[in-house]
Amino acid sequence: MAADHNAFITEEAIEGDDDAEGPLAGTTVAVKDNISTEGIRTTCGSEMLADYVPPYSATVVDRLTDAGATIVGKTNMDEFGMGTTTETSAFGPTKNPADPERVPGGSSGGSAAAVAAGETDVALGSDTGGSVRCPAAFCGVVGIKPTYGLVSRYGLVAYANSLEQIGPIAGTVEEAAAALDVIAGPDPHDGTTRDLADVEGADPDASYAAAADGDADGLTVGVPTELFDGADERVVETVEAAIADLEAQGAETIEISLPSVEHAVQAYYVIAMAEASSNLARFDGVRYGNRAESDGNWNESFAETRDEGFGAEVKRRILLGTYALSAGYHDKYYEKAQDARAWVRQDFEDAFADVDVIASPTMPVLPFELGESLDDPLRMYLADANTTPVNLANLPAISVPAGEADGLPVGLQLVGPKFGEETIVRAASAVEDAS
Amino acid sequence: MSDTSESTGDAERDVVDDADSSAGSDASAVDAEEVRHVADLARVRLDDDEVAEFADQFGDILDYFEALDEVPETDREEELVNVMRPDQVEDGLTQGEALSNAEETEDGFFVGPKVS
Repeated sequence: MAADHNAFITEEAIEGDDDAEGPLAGTTVAVKDNISTEGIRTTCGSEMLADYVPPYSATVVDRLTDAGATIVGKTNMDEFGMGTTTETSAFGPTKNPADPERVPGGSSGGSAAAVAAGETDVALGSDTGGSVRCPAAFCGVVGIKPTYGLVSRYGLVAYANSLEQIGPIAGTVEEAAAALDVIAGPDPHDGTTRDLADVEGADPDASYAAAADGDADGLTVGVPTELFDGADERVVETVEAAIADLEAQGAETIEISLPSVEHAVQAYYVIAMAEASSNLARFDGVRYGNRAESDGNWNESFAETRDEGFGAEVKRRILLGTYALSAGYHDKYYEKAQDARAWVRQDFEDAFADVDVIASPTMPVLPFELGESLDDPLRMYLADANTTPVNLANLPAISVPAGEADGLPVGLQLVGPKFGEETIVRAASAVEDAS
Repeated sequence: MSDTSESTGDAERDVVDDADSSAGSDASAVDAEEVRHVADLARVRLDDDEVAEFADQFGDILDYFEALDEVPETDREEELVNVMRPDQVEDGLTQGEALSNAEETEDGFFVGPKVS
């Protein structure tokens, strides 16, 4: 607690249910500030919502407190989840506890930093294109992006609905899995959640925490060349060593190819920006959010409110999304991106016919220095090359510490088949045991 | 936002023609006019510096998106089903809760800016 990493936007507690028998009794949880908390402001890292106080809590927050957890505060994030460094927050950047000169990753950077600095046991993030896994990798902790539909998004302020899931971040695989056990499950308030009893091959009574048994014997690990090409050599070496550790524990590795992922970043950004331009149209300063002082008519007032309330990256994505959906461009960008999304999904499905999990670096780079990538949005987008394919394919993935390179944390990403959370948790726990 | 779509249809058509006629590395060059047009559609006011910066960056980003042209047409079959529930009245936010974050309210209504 010595150093201030600016991990929290608001530090205010919600006490858990006193029933000490809850699975998370005595556990502290920090919640990303785009997840609604009744009576506690929820800013999304934006000036637009700096004073917004939700009248209800997200389903995941109710589930945590029902399980005995105490919410300790709301964590810093890239504005509306749009960023890979937590530098686009209107509340200032978060510092990486592993090296305060560097970014913690993003967009759930405050959540990962709070866990890494020991300011909370567990944290929730949201992952639209890697926003749980990236900061987990950069801060040297564990992050899980669940299968689309496993965790309710009710009360999550939407950025790109078809891609995002709420997921846990913790110091160990077992702690992250135990939090996932609590927040997972169908919710009548979110029609995209699935009841695992209706999913072929899934176990509705699965305990993810129990799956963290460190047993990698007999596991088949696919290693896709495309997700290693172009990555920083130091990252590749560290990740290859972690995969070799899995082999030493009885896992078998197979080189595989996922040609579609070369187009994942483009497809992801087109789809995410298109959805963002629609989702963020709601911020007009009338029903909630800050409103600009304006003498203009409705449209002028709306435009001034959005100029004042949104930062540069949010404006960039709203404008590019509007462009990609506008007449004459819809087919060129949005339709092609949907084709690419289907191709990525098919590629992964084919791969999982032969392997149990797919391993790669979580991030192809080491953590950026603060300020390094802020003026070059495209460079920042390219860092999402290994995480975005997973969101396009609706799959579960975990980032687990693989070791260090030049004293900086490196994350190993393990991707599983749809609702294969137990498999990735098991494999990740074996990586953890070895390091 | 449908109120402006008809009046701007011509402008968008022109933009497409320009893009088609300048095939090659500048295919995605974006000028300030286009940035202003999209900002207008999205109801985001921009100052001149932002317009210039975005025009620059959008050129690079859209160039990068060009690679989507290489993606083959793909079968998009997915098992999606509608999720329905009975159309019954359920508890929701009270009027007071729903209005609690509004900048301005009057007699239980939201107050917006003037329409024209």
